Amino acid sequence: MPAPSLPSTFTRKRRAPGLGESVLRPDAPAKTKGQFAFSSDLYLEGMLWGATLRSPHPSARIRSLDPAPALAIGGVHAVITNDDLWGSRTYGLEHHDQPVFADQVVRYHGEPVAAVAADHPEIARRAAAAIAVDYEVTEPLVDAEAALTAPPIHPDGNLFRHLKIRFGDPGAQGEVTVEGDYEVGMQDQAFLGPESGLAVPSEDGGVELYVATQWLHVDRDQIAACLNLPREKVRLTLAGTGGAFGGREDLSMQIHACLLALVTRRPVKMVYSREESFFGHVHRHPARLWYRHHATAEGKLVKVEARMVFDGGAYASSSTAVISNACAFAPGPYYVPNAHVDGYAVRTNNPPCGAMRGFGAVQTSFAAEAQMDRLAAALGMDQVELRLANALKQHDQLITGQVIIGTAPVAECITACRDLPLPEPLAADAPALSLPGGAGLTAEVRDVRRGVGFAVGFKNLGFSEGFDDYSTARVRLELGPDDQPLATVHVATVEVGQGFTTIAMQIARAELGVREVVVQTADTQVGSAGSTSASRQTMMSGGAIQMACSAVREVLLERAALDLHLAPADMVLEEGELVTRDGTAGVPLADALKAGPIEATREFHHAPTEPLDENGQGNAHWSLAFAAHRAVVDVDPELGLVKVVQVATAQDIGRALNPLAVTGQVEGGIAQGIGLAVMEEIVLDQGKVRNPSFTDYLIPTALDMPPVVQTWIEQPERGVPYGAKGVGEPPTVSSTGAVVAAIRQATGLPLRRVPVRPDDIALAPRQ
Amino acid sequence: MTDTQPTGADQATDSYTLSVNGRDLPVTDAWIGESLLYVLRERLGLPGSKNACEQGECGSCSVLLDGVLVAACCVLAADAAGSDIRTVEGLSPSGELTDVQRAFVEQGAVQCGFCIPGMIVAIHDLLDRRPDADELALREAISGNLCRCTGYGRIFAAFHAVKEERARAST
Repeated sequence: MPAPSLPSTFTRKRRAPGLGESVLRPDAPAKTKGQFAFSSDLYLEGMLWGATLRSPHPSARIRSLDPAPALAIGGVHAVITNDDLWGSRTYGLEHHDQPVFADQVVRYHGEPVAAVAADHPEIARRAAAAIAVDYEVTEPLVDAEAALTAPPIHPDGNLFRHLKIRFGDPGAQGEVTVEGDYEVGMQDQAFLGPESGLAVPSEDGGVELYVATQWLHVDRDQIAACLNLPREKVRLTLAGTGGAFGGREDLSMQIHACLLALVTRRPVKMVYSREESFFGHVHRHPARLWYRHHATAEGKLVKVEARMVFDGGAYASSSTAVISNACAFAPGPYYVPNAHVDGYAVRTNNPPCGAMRGFGAVQTSFAAEAQMDRLAAALGMDQVELRLANALKQHDQLITGQVIIGTAPVAECITACRDLPLPEPLAADAPALSLPGGAGLTAEVRDVRRGVGFAVGFKNLGFSEGFDDYSTARVRLELGPDDQPLATVHVATVEVGQGFTTIAMQIARAELGVREVVVQTADTQVGSAGSTSASRQTMMSGGAIQMACSAVREVLLERAALDLHLAPADMVLEEGELVTRDGTAGVPLADALKAGPIEATREFHHAPTEPLDENGQGNAHWSLAFAAHRAVVDVDPELGLVKVVQVATAQDIGRALNPLAVTGQVEGGIAQGIGLAVMEEIVLDQGKVRNPSFTDYLIPTALDMPPVVQTWIEQPERGVPYGAKGVGEPPTVSSTGAVVAAIRQATGLPLRRVPVRPDDIALAPRQ
Repeated sequence: MTDTQPTGADQATDSYTLSVNGRDLPVTDAWIGESLLYVLRERLGLPGSKNACEQGECGSCSVLLDGVLVAACCVLAADAAGSDIRTVEGLSPSGELTDVQRAFVEQGAVQCGFCIPGMIVAIHDLLDRRPDADELALREAISGNLCRCTGYGRIFAAFHAVKEERARAST
């Protein structure tokens, strides 16, 4: 694929100021003081509180629904159900198959049935509970494999997508084969800021929504359809967003709050409790995967066969894209000349699943990396050497037939990670808190076995398969109140905590040579920025800001050239001054701005991609990012307890625009990978969620999290701003596999399922 | 800040005064079921304490109640009348960042920031009680403060930066 056209890079004598430096977050001081306004902190005089009534059953018919008992409670202003809707009754990210409120049937535990607005949150909750719903409970379809042949539980059927990849010679066979079944449990994003927002009816009959989300414009479009309003009457403004990790890409309270605000003509605030949050957003797809790897006796991969079933739960969300990633990256970052992959994403009565950090690549990475270790054992090869011998590189083909034209430093990641220092051996007098089981004070040093595991992963950056992925930036340069140049950046890019606001300021400073940069609050008054997902915003919105700044700079150069009776091509912008190329004359930026502000709006589109064809072939992806992980664990095999001692990683990042921010992304992403490896699973019993709380759904604490040793491979990527690849997801893709590989080494157990639970170790038949 | 109450059999309301960060703040006709976290956030205009779980699991609402670190979501507000309540807003009344807050900013310990106010309150409490606390003591002390973004690495770095700065200042 051709690289997208970018503005020609401005020639500088010195490095762009600020880019590549650990510039501090502008929002951090307010966040430490408790003064940063999150979406759950919003308040308006006279506002009402919304609450949702959710189905206690994963599958049922609604015989009758009577809101009267709720409306009889003092302080209740409105109850809305499916019968009260006046716009579209369904919504969805890619397929509009999810009801705003259950329409005669409920298809998952926690599906919204009604919403209430009341004066006080407790009244709203009690009123929701008072709504009389008569359910006829039906048998839930909870087995993803069975869903392929079961009667449809939705008019659109049970199959979201069957993706076939047929690559190379179907008859190819290896001299050595290994085969295995693998399973990945349902992980939750567990962002800390609950789903929340404030909807305010506007005088033109529209609505203003202040909300925590990942993609303002796609929220707006879905909301507008359900309110039967033109898009311009639905105005979204980003409220402080307390993490996301994919879980805010689908709508949660947005439509409900807007409906209640329009019905009551009052501002309505909704804030989910933690329990409701577990029901209110999509999760990572649980998956069952079968793999067979073929290799030569010398350890060259010949073929990968795989069949995988991803449980998408009751509604489509982004299942079709998740299964696409899972299949395309099924072998892991290795060159495989032949492949035969069948991936299914299916509908069940389990909770809906969609985007989570790593997006499909996580599930297949866990299985594929386990296969690589088994292959190494079958071949009598070192696990790292086997990976090196098959590492993908630039100009290799993926199993989708696409030739990698970007950077692919897989071997570099592997060797750099392998060479990072290992931790000290477990000391005989190690404090109990650092042993498996920690504060439980259960393990003894003499029982603890150490293991080391390795895994390598990759995924796509940006949206794939023909999606026109773009971001919009408006940049305005003018004289500020102190007559100094002031740049204002307006993007709809959602800052979820990843640090994009800092990057936006760094880019504007670098491109325009100004010190003062204001990043406006993100809203729908500027063009779409696309989603804060797929590790894409530094590349996409960063690219749009770079282009808009470049356009502003062109006007500046024209103005300065006119002043000096020169051609714009004779001038450059350097260190905040417009100077001639020979440096003999110049115009201060502030002088050039006296003629008035300069504003430019630009879109950055990444290079076009194409959908996969009937054989799963096509140039479906833009840029790829890779990472290697090495985990060290201590295990008490009798108790089945694991302590992760260290995770080392080498990650392909293109170029670090803000090293401190990259460090934090890598550490945080690995924490979520460790969580999936040994702690985190939404436990289902016949479709019912059994652990919707932080008491029962465990995420890594400060005592669980090991030191992360990290190094980066910096090979600038062509066609992206400053060569910087997105960094958010690769830490989560293969860190899980590395941790489980280490537990396997410590215990000798096959461990083909994540998360690894204590029983999987303690009660496993000894080999 | 909202003046209405839930109705029903247990609609009992009460008026009381809370001492928050050294100021006496009246709470009028509030439903007695309201948590300290709710009253701070919704009636007293102090939303710095966060509401990530509202059931005592995450630490994002950590405050000091008579000098003891508690989850404000698990304290009945009316029960806190007569106690000395210190919230994140009370750590830096002048508006200047404390050394812990500054270290969090400079060490990159803040991402989404939702856990951070509770984390800051908990670390100040630890260092007030145990100025010599080491990293393992820190890990134990904040093991009830969940962070989903950072993996805690930069938070540990901020802790060490504060300890070094305090050690320098005392020599």
